[in-house]
Amino acid sequence: MSAVTFEHITKTYDKGKVLAVNDVSFDVKKGELFGLIGADGAGKSTIFRILTTLLLPDSGRAAVDGYDIVKNYKIIRGSVGYMPGRFSLYQDLTIEENLNFFATVFGTTIKENYELIRDIYVQIEPFKKRRAGQLSGGMKQKLALCCALIHKPSVLFLDEPTTGVDSVSRKEFWEMLQRLKEQNITILVSTPYMDEAVLCERIALIQEGQLLSIDTPAAIIRSFPSELYAVKADNMHKLLKDARAFEGTASCYAFGEFLHLTFKNENNGSAVFLSYLSGRDTTGIEIRRIEPTIEDCFIQLMPEGQTENKNGGAE
Amino acid sequence: MKQFLVFVKKEFYHVFRDRKTLLMLFGLPIVQIVLFGFALTNEVKNSKIVVADYAKDIASKRIIDKMEASNYFEIERTLPDNKAIEQAFQEGNIRLAVIFPSGFNDELQHQNKAQIQVIADASDPNTATTLTGYISSIILDYQSELMQNNAIPYQIIPEVRMLYNPELKGAPNFVPGVMALILMLVCVMMTSVSIAREKEKGTMEILLVSPFRPILVILSKAVPYFLLSLINLSIILLLSVFLMDMPVNGSIVLLFLESSLLIITALSLGLLISTVVESQQSAMLISLMGMMLPTMLFTGFMFPIENMPLPLQIISNAVPAKWYYVIVKAIMIKGLGFSAIWKETLILAGMTLFLLVVSLKKFKIRLQ
Repeated sequence: MSAVTFEHITKTYDKGKVLAVNDVSFDVKKGELFGLIGADGAGKSTIFRILTTLLLPDSGRAAVDGYDIVKNYKIIRGSVGYMPGRFSLYQDLTIEENLNFFATVFGTTIKENYELIRDIYVQIEPFKKRRAGQLSGGMKQKLALCCALIHKPSVLFLDEPTTGVDSVSRKEFWEMLQRLKEQNITILVSTPYMDEAVLCERIALIQEGQLLSIDTPAAIIRSFPSELYAVKADNMHKLLKDARAFEGTASCYAFGEFLHLTFKNENNGSAVFLSYLSGRDTTGIEIRRIEPTIEDCFIQLMPEGQTENKNGGAE
Repeated sequence: MKQFLVFVKKEFYHVFRDRKTLLMLFGLPIVQIVLFGFALTNEVKNSKIVVADYAKDIASKRIIDKMEASNYFEIERTLPDNKAIEQAFQEGNIRLAVIFPSGFNDELQHQNKAQIQVIADASDPNTATTLTGYISSIILDYQSELMQNNAIPYQIIPEVRMLYNPELKGAPNFVPGVMALILMLVCVMMTSVSIAREKEKGTMEILLVSPFRPILVILSKAVPYFLLSLINLSIILLLSVFLMDMPVNGSIVLLFLESSLLIITALSLGLLISTVVESQQSAMLISLMGMMLPTMLFTGFMFPIENMPLPLQIISNAVPAKWYYVIVKAIMIKGLGFSAIWKETLILAGMTLFLLVVSLKKFKIRLQ
């Protein structure tokens, strides 16, 4: 049995004016660490809220642990753990009071499930008398995770748990998720950070409410259809314009300090491109073939019109 | 039950750790009762007056004693000439001068008629009228005393009888009004803001995705504010009894029971507001605008409802505080029992039930 099933769900806001989730389907297996990857406004939070029974879908059906999200919402509410996007604990209560409050609300005690949260809680325990509002971003996330875990949920929903958290805490956070996975807790996590995608077992790429692809990160990278090149020159702006003008370019976008390019001609595209550049007095050219990242796959999977937009923005 | 208790405890933490809330909760009533009780009363107290007693006989002494006992005046006894009196008026040192001519008692005893000159600074006509009114009533009072002692018929004295408020005190009118205002304001605002805060901060999302039932969320919000409001009520009553000399003539238990009813009305109104707003700010705004104005206007303690045009009189019936005001006046001032106010109580209870049902119906168990 799947831990989460999501079947042809469509959800609109403002009486159908805003399409948030468009006919999305996926399955999460028991004990899986599943990632929803997408930019802000892609519909990740909507999917989480539908699964946590906070929103009703316009059409389609979904279930958590086999329970229907509409009919059996009470059962789901009692058994899942949910950590919303923004920090949502009581800022004026201390760490200990927050944890104690949520433990009691979920009908358990800190003692009962201490084992589950121990690894995380020991890190913030020295500050347990401090109010949650005065914690750093990383500590807040740890506390929120403790509160979401305290009742030993069967499925854990983490909506952008690492947004606004420093990179060290982010890394720690993902290590914690790996350990939780070993406890056989199904974890659904969303993130806008592409580099975190490879840490999931399977990921779903979402853009504007639509599912682009679902697979393991490795399989998604493998499915990248062509050779990818990173190019650099002294004048990047001119390089981008030239690359766009080059007729052999299949796709081209700024990526950090490089341009990522694919060519229509797989065999000698890069060679033709180099000779094209040398005729346009470009200095400091650097070109090499690279392995695509999840982000490259994401951009490649985006519908044509949106790719253009993204490139325009990056220029 | 344990869940419920821990929730109530959490609410108390919220209140006691937020200075602003605490100030609003307990500062507001104290400021308002003092403000309305003292600063904004229409009675004139401790006015400086000059009494020139050229008679110095038993009658003049008796009247001056009465004036002194009245609390309305700060009396300076001198024997100034006309010029000095005029100057004192011009400088604004005194508001009123009372002059007893010599042989005052003689005239009164023998001719059954005597004169006292009362000069008032009428640049503030309201105060002047009020002050001369106080003086005349003191003199009338003395006259009736004389009549009791001897059976000599003096003039016909108009019989003025001030029911329930013989000294024309301001507090009896204001205290019940302020009680209604504060209970409404504080309760409505506190509940609506505290639920709106859970929504705004996102904690409502977590609470909904928990085995805790939404109805319990509401209840555990209501309990702390109910208790705090009762404390508030006690503060108001203590202030009005000891600071304002305002009696509680009727049953104090009945007063607390009726007040509890109003508090529940206000809590359900706050709940109703919280179901339609998303932010603390709008919750605060709606409660302030929606409660403050109608309560002030239509309760009857600032503007008599009888003087309003008929449409406004009809509207005033929809304001819960109006009924509570009638109830509190009946209990505190007239000392009446439940039999006199069962109708108002019934109306208030009906309103409460209506508000409670509507707001519970409207309370969302999901985000949309």
